[in-house]
Amino acid sequence: MSKQKSPIMGWIDDRLPVTVTYEKHMSKYYAPKNFNFWYFFGVLSMLMLVNQILTGIWLTMNFTPSADAAFASVEYIMRDVEWGWLLRYMHSTGATFFFIAIYLHMMRAMLYGSYQKPRELIWLFGMGIYLALMAEAFMGYVLPWGQMSYWGAQVIISLFGAIPVIGEDLTTWIRGDFLISGATLNRFFALHVIAVPLVIVALVVLHLLALHEVGSNNPDGIDIKKHKDENGVPLDGVPFHPFYTVHDMVGIVVFLIVFCSVMFFFPMGGGFMLEYANFEPANGLKTPEHIAPVWYFGAFYTILRAIPDKLLGVIAMGAAIAILFVLPWLDKSPVRSIRYKGLISKTLIPVFGVVFMILTWLGTQPSDGYFLGMINNTTLARWLTAFYFGYFLLMPFYTRMEKTKPVPERVTGGH
Amino acid sequence: MSQDGVNNSRRLLLLGSTAAVGAVGAGFVAVPFLASWNPSEKAKAAGAPAKVDISKLEPGAMLTAEWRGKPVFIVRRTQEVLGLLDGLTDELKDPANGNKAQQPDYADNLHRSREPELLVLLGVCTHLGCAPKFYAEVKPEPFDANWKGGFFCPCHGSRFDMSGRVFNGSPAGDNLLVPPYSIEGNVLVIGVDEETA
Repeated sequence: MSKQKSPIMGWIDDRLPVTVTYEKHMSKYYAPKNFNFWYFFGVLSMLMLVNQILTGIWLTMNFTPSADAAFASVEYIMRDVEWGWLLRYMHSTGATFFFIAIYLHMMRAMLYGSYQKPRELIWLFGMGIYLALMAEAFMGYVLPWGQMSYWGAQVIISLFGAIPVIGEDLTTWIRGDFLISGATLNRFFALHVIAVPLVIVALVVLHLLALHEVGSNNPDGIDIKKHKDENGVPLDGVPFHPFYTVHDMVGIVVFLIVFCSVMFFFPMGGGFMLEYANFEPANGLKTPEHIAPVWYFGAFYTILRAIPDKLLGVIAMGAAIAILFVLPWLDKSPVRSIRYKGLISKTLIPVFGVVFMILTWLGTQPSDGYFLGMINNTTLARWLTAFYFGYFLLMPFYTRMEKTKPVPERVTGGH
Repeated sequence: MSQDGVNNSRRLLLLGSTAAVGAVGAGFVAVPFLASWNPSEKAKAAGAPAKVDISKLEPGAMLTAEWRGKPVFIVRRTQEVLGLLDGLTDELKDPANGNKAQQPDYADNLHRSREPELLVLLGVCTHLGCAPKFYAEVKPEPFDANWKGGFFCPCHGSRFDMSGRVFNGSPAGDNLLVPPYSIEGNVLVIGVDEETA
């Protein structure tokens, strides 16, 4: 490692801190050696971000953002542009896999308490990314200007109409018209292609800078900086490069195999990724028979629908997202990882994961159907919504009450 | 004066006033950016009235017209249907048109229309803006076992009766909007209150 620096590198380093930055973030960034499966999803999210940006740029080269031409230009990309179908499916499948990676990444943080002190800012930046990503995905879905694009936009923008006094004017301002129209499509295109991606990239940079300042958490939720060797290197840490860069490649390859299987063989994801109604051009006079969001909004849509009142429904949906932001201050447990938390947390964290998945599923289903043929979807949605909020609101109490296990001095497992 | 010759209060004043003037400037610059999101003159001008020939509309049938890009439902109700309206009061959120903004004065009555038979409604659900569907027949429906005819929104299950009044238990809070309209013989003019004979 102590090889002589080349004169060219020296010349650059005197003018730009390349080597220092590389060492700080790669070769001398010491990550805990006991990372497990759950630690793949950060880098996989970044992979999907790159995929979305790259394919997105290429799609704009043939997409026409106008109410008259958008639908036809997407068909043009699919049929006439060389490899256009692949670029579009990489983008649409990429959206789904981006959310899969993000949701598992968030679950990881909840399992191992990665949001706890001193990583609150990392969590907040991450939530900012998640919020921006939801806006990005929503506006992207409007662009093909199919029936679901149109009516999805109608429903989501109308949510703002529930705000007392200014609601109606606010929706008109967002739409830029008295109904969803070409004006709406054009501004969504601008936001989807320029504004929101810039915000997301900036937040990702902040997310990583904050992470590298305090260091990565690990499945034991303990601080590896407490035990260092004579050079100040954590005994339980390994340099991110080459150890985790090589390690992550395995995860990336497996992830891409799954990604490609879906992209080539199930590009519509059974109607959960690209809905069938969206293969019909937008028609402002006729609402499709069954309106459902794409799967990754399902949970919040279910919470919206569970409340039989417009304003309260919108408030509940907003609160369901907002409450995630304050998670670091709700968890009062003296330990981070689920491995050492008490029985209540040990039970509730996985149950929360399952509840979130069922809420997501319900969001794609009609509200008058039956879950597994047993319980009315709306009834179930109300119970699970109550659990969702109860899980967070009661967290300050049960995390303080329950008996935690002693935390080890050094990490367990790893290589 | 502090020891090193720095006048802190003057510095603070300069800092504060520069920031304040800068903020005001930024506020002015923000106006065109925010205002450009408002509906354009072209969008505002697109509000011409729509004329619909209703001579061929059979009793019990519905016709969908387009006005300002939105659907307008026109139904010629039968006497039978009108007779049912009075008995629904207990099942409705706003049976007596309490929200005056949802209909013009001439439609502030039981049948919510100028002529009792002819129902004219904006086909935009007052919940989140979907177009409700017309289920005219009095028969059990999957969404309501005691269905007495009316409109059902497929998006979030809001139910409205045959004069567009919202049923209890719907996520929508208001009755369907009756747009301004007038009737000139066989022609329905949507968007104009007064008859221009």
